Amino acid sequence: MSSIVSVSSLGKAYAGGFEALKSVNLEIEEGEILALLGPNGAGKTTLISTICGITVPTSGTVVVGGFDTQTAFRGARNLIGLVPQELNLEPFETVMNTLRFSRGLFGKPRNDAYLEDILKKLSLHDKKDSKVMMLSGGMKRRVLIAKALSHEPRVLFLDEPTAGVDVDLRKDMWNVVADLKADGVTIILTTHYIEEAEAIADRVGVISKGEILLIQDKAEMMAQMGKKQLVVDLAAPVTKVPAALAAYGLEIGPDGASLIYTYDTKGERTGITTLLNDLQKAGLQMADIQTRQSSLEDIFVGLVKETA
Amino acid sequence: MNFTAVASIYRFEMARFFRTITQSLVSPVLSTSLYFVVFGTAIGSRIQEVEGISYGAFIVPGLIMLSVMTQATSNASFGIYFPKFMGTIYELLSAPVNFLEITLGYVGAAATKALFIGIIILITAFFFVDITIAHPFAMIAFLVLTCVSFSLLGFIIGIWAGNFEQLQLIPLLIITPLVFLGGSFYSVTMLPPVWQTITMFNPVVYLISGFRWSFFGTADVSIGLSLIAIAFFTGACLVAIWWIFRTGWRIRQ
Ligand SMILES: Nc1ncnc2c1ncn2[C@@H]1O[C@H](COP(=O)(O)OP(=O)(O)OP(=O)(O)O)[C@@H](O)[C@H]1O
Ligand SMILES: [Mg+2]
Repeated sequence: MSSIVSVSSLGKAYAGGFEALKSVNLEIEEGEILALLGPNGAGKTTLISTICGITVPTSGTVVVGGFDTQTAFRGARNLIGLVPQELNLEPFETVMNTLRFSRGLFGKPRNDAYLEDILKKLSLHDKKDSKVMMLSGGMKRRVLIAKALSHEPRVLFLDEPTAGVDVDLRKDMWNVVADLKADGVTIILTTHYIEEAEAIADRVGVISKGEILLIQDKAEMMAQMGKKQLVVDLAAPVTKVPAALAAYGLEIGPDGASLIYTYDTKGERTGITTLLNDLQKAGLQMADIQTRQSSLEDIFVGLVKETA
Repeated sequence: MNFTAVASIYRFEMARFFRTITQSLVSPVLSTSLYFVVFGTAIGSRIQEVEGISYGAFIVPGLIMLSVMTQATSNASFGIYFPKFMGTIYELLSAPVNFLEITLGYVGAAATKALFIGIIILITAFFFVDITIAHPFAMIAFLVLTCVSFSLLGFIIGIWAGNFEQLQLIPLLIITPLVFLGGSFYSVTMLPPVWQTITMFNPVVYLISGFRWSFFGTADVSIGLSLIAIAFFTGACLVAIWWIFRTGWRIRQ
């Protein structure tokens, strides 16, 4: 078994009876980056909070690194770093002191050099003696990340780590994540930026209404569910698809200036060659052709709509 | 036992105290000085001795207790309420610490602050009245125990409170009356017999009586009873806190 986090039949009903998680099962492999996608209110934060010990599960178990989070919480929590979604920080303390506090809370001996190193990686070193309240929102987000890393976790949960972080720094952050992965840290992140999941995750899970709809290797998912489209720009616009081409299920693009052919990449034959031949036979002049691959976003939106 | 965590919480909380050291110390010293001027000097000169002690000196233990109890309660309740309010409590809840460690850190810091203030007030008192301390070690012990037990109580209030009003409510509605009616400024024996009996249900009476005994060697209730009362109070608070963390009441959803 190489699962470092093992979630079995996890259920969570908040006071008032709302079921935020419905019997979730999830195995997270050591060293992987798992991205959790899902609409607002899907239960992503609840899932993370329950694994980390902030909320108490109503049913089911969570085992982290062999430690049950309920009965052996010390062992489990020692391994976990958490970056919460909200910017929850002590405003009156300096950045460095909040990091020292976090590290100490996890029982680790003081090591300022290590903490400063984290701050450097997150481009925050020049703010180390600033009070937290004097930082911008994006900087606070990075302080939260630094706090989570301060005690050298083996499993890192990032709940929307890049919300409110500018594009340059987002790239920096991805580099930090890549470095952590290289060190063998397991990373679970939630995000609403699908390109982010696409860029850094090994596996992607889609969660909606407290249930995991799908969890799969990112490349596999895109290959299986990803549809590719061939767009043929026409020299002269058409108003309808010629009868001879009916079998291809073509769509007409904007203003009739193009024809769009959707095909499945996992199929043996894509049908592109015959289509192009048939187009020519039908007397249509092609100005340009291009293909495009559907993104995780299309897959995600499709999935969530299906279950809505 | 994660002592590093306890020390971290303690240090973090003490840093809050030292950031605002002037406010933290000026107001209790000022208000105590006012009490001495008004009760000790102005009114006290018209009051006969109480149990053979000048009135100015007689109120010193009560005044210290008054400040220490209110300070310990408010420090401890604020100390744990603030992380709840700011949301930083997520870190405590997800850290490898148990209820005892969290309590030790927060209550230890709050008790230290209250002790600090108690000692400052005692020093201030020396400028106003002549006092000798009959049992210095017992005095310190009573002071420390009071700091700890009221910090525990404050800690519970801080966890219970859902907003800033509630945070003020219990100290205002319960603790202040109990302390004022607990013999801070008078001897319980000065009350009519009926009130003497009713007063015996006020736990603060035992603390103030014991504390005053350590100064002057005279007490309203026996010293053993004082110790039992304070031990019982501390134990009850600890059990309550243990239950709170076990059930996650008001902190873990
Ligand atoms: N403390 C709470 N009490 C009651 N219901 C809650 C509580 N916290 C969350 N919920 C409900 O649980 C559901 C899941 O919330 P959660 O925060 O886990 O969603 P999420 O997937 O993280 O959403 P987002 O993308 O907006 O962060 C929501 O319907 C929310 O209203
Ligand atoms: Mg969320």
